[in-house]
Amino acid sequence: MHALEIHGLGKTYNNGKTALQDVNLTVPQGSFFALLGPNGAGKSTMINVLADTVRPTAGNVSLFGRDLFNDRAWCKKRMGVVPQEIAFDPFFTPREVLRFTSGLFGCKPDEAWIDELFERLELTEHSKKNTRQLSGGMRRRLLVAQALVHRPELVILDEPTAGVDVELRRRLWDFMRELNNKGITILLTTHYLDEAEELCDQVAIIDQGNLLTAQPMQQLMQSVASSYLWLNYAKPVTLNETDKLALATYEPRSSEEGLCLKLGRLDDGNSTFHQAYEAAVARFGPPVDAGVRSEDLEDVFLRLTARHGAKA
Amino acid sequence: MIPINPRGTWTLFLREIRRFLKVKMQTIITPALTAILYLMIFRYAMGERQVPGLEIDYFTFLVPGLAMMAMMQNAFANTSSSMIMGKVMGMHIYLLMAPLSAIEVVFAFLAAAVVRAVVVATVFLTVLIPFVDLSLLHPGVILLYGISGSIIMGGLGLISGMWAKDFDNVAMITNFVIMPLTFLSGVFYSVKQLPEIWQQVNTFNPFFYLTDGFRFGFLGLGDTDPFASISIVLGSVIITILACWSLWYNGWRMKE
Repeated sequence: MHALEIHGLGKTYNNGKTALQDVNLTVPQGSFFALLGPNGAGKSTMINVLADTVRPTAGNVSLFGRDLFNDRAWCKKRMGVVPQEIAFDPFFTPREVLRFTSGLFGCKPDEAWIDELFERLELTEHSKKNTRQLSGGMRRRLLVAQALVHRPELVILDEPTAGVDVELRRRLWDFMRELNNKGITILLTTHYLDEAEELCDQVAIIDQGNLLTAQPMQQLMQSVASSYLWLNYAKPVTLNETDKLALATYEPRSSEEGLCLKLGRLDDGNSTFHQAYEAAVARFGPPVDAGVRSEDLEDVFLRLTARHGAKA
Repeated sequence: MIPINPRGTWTLFLREIRRFLKVKMQTIITPALTAILYLMIFRYAMGERQVPGLEIDYFTFLVPGLAMMAMMQNAFANTSSSMIMGKVMGMHIYLLMAPLSAIEVVFAFLAAAVVRAVVVATVFLTVLIPFVDLSLLHPGVILLYGISGSIIMGGLGLISGMWAKDFDNVAMITNFVIMPLTFLSGVFYSVKQLPEIWQQVNTFNPFFYLTDGFRFGFLGLGDTDPFASISIVLGSVIITILACWSLWYNGWRMKE
């Protein structure tokens, strides 16, 4: 069973802006899913539709096999959402906020779990302060606690680490990973693509309301991400027409320090590293240094969204 | 089947009560004190004068009316301020995300508004017990009109809070709609004192029936027959609840 199945989801706002167009997406149960896209891509609109704060104009969604729009209460109980915007109740302390949130979701407040959330999110010493006294980062962590307090099976995090310092971010991700290992499905949007690549086993990229790709992270990186061989000659390499023709397979580019060749895969699955290296040495002699750099998720993301932007 | 979330409803109800109790000086003491100040001013301005046509002194006449006015204004303030604050601070999304049906949300908000109205009126009346000879002639009528008025005003507050985009919008409704209608609902006068045309105009003010009926419960006299007005009052309660339910159900001005 899938945690989330989205079919033909569309949203056009009253001002005529289309935020989502015919989006089809499946989030496997138990996955750590990255939903990526540039600002204004439609990520938050999608999350707000799931959270029932925005009404879709087309499509349907099911959560753990139940129709989200016809079985709202059942689905909402199983979902915890961290909104992108910081929201806080100025009348209450974090502990009171968590007790109330727990109750609103139909659960008796579990003080042990609330204590654990405070501890894991480093809010214990602030749990009795008024929320007005909390810093922006603390308020954001309180939002994470609010999303988790009713023990949801699907946690949706809409840029939960904006404004949170590196150390705390690291600990928050450790906590999320633990939850994911216990079977909780996590859907994450973030602009920290290195973290998404490290954490998530599934990824979807959305731009201008359209889903560009959705597949397992490893598969995406293997199929889309390229590797490059950097050869350092300590001086710029000039490529004449003959060089370009001879190295055409490797899409050669000269750089200030030498040469860059794009690597591919042979029929047996091995890299073309040796062939590329030898071809370069045959034309320019041995380099003083060499290395391989693989594209990361950020490179893939930029390439995919730039291509889509150019098409649009 | 309609999903029910009794714990969620109870939690929302408690949260709304805790919210106004956190600022009790502003939500309980100040409104009660304001009503007492009105009473003192009129007491000294009007002296021992009787209300024309009702054979009762102004002081005794004013007490139930002021209590009802305080109830109505505070019921309105409770729901409208909670809703607009939630929207401004972004907290309203937690209500939208919670597994609560529209009727559960409306019930919790209106019930909390009734509690605040009753608390304010109780404080006001308790302070005045030594100074006025009030009896509970018709406790059922007092309860019916007091609670109905609070529900209607709580509902109007909820709708206003949903409609408003900022605190200024709510202040506009409070000052230009709610205040005039409550002040002109017969709190400070008997409609029999008014020229006939204004007596006719007053019959279109729904708050007039609430104030008059509530006063009848204490004094056994008024400008209308409270038993005949019951249908108007209960009809208004039902319309208010249905309007609140329908607007919340459809996410009016809450969901994009």
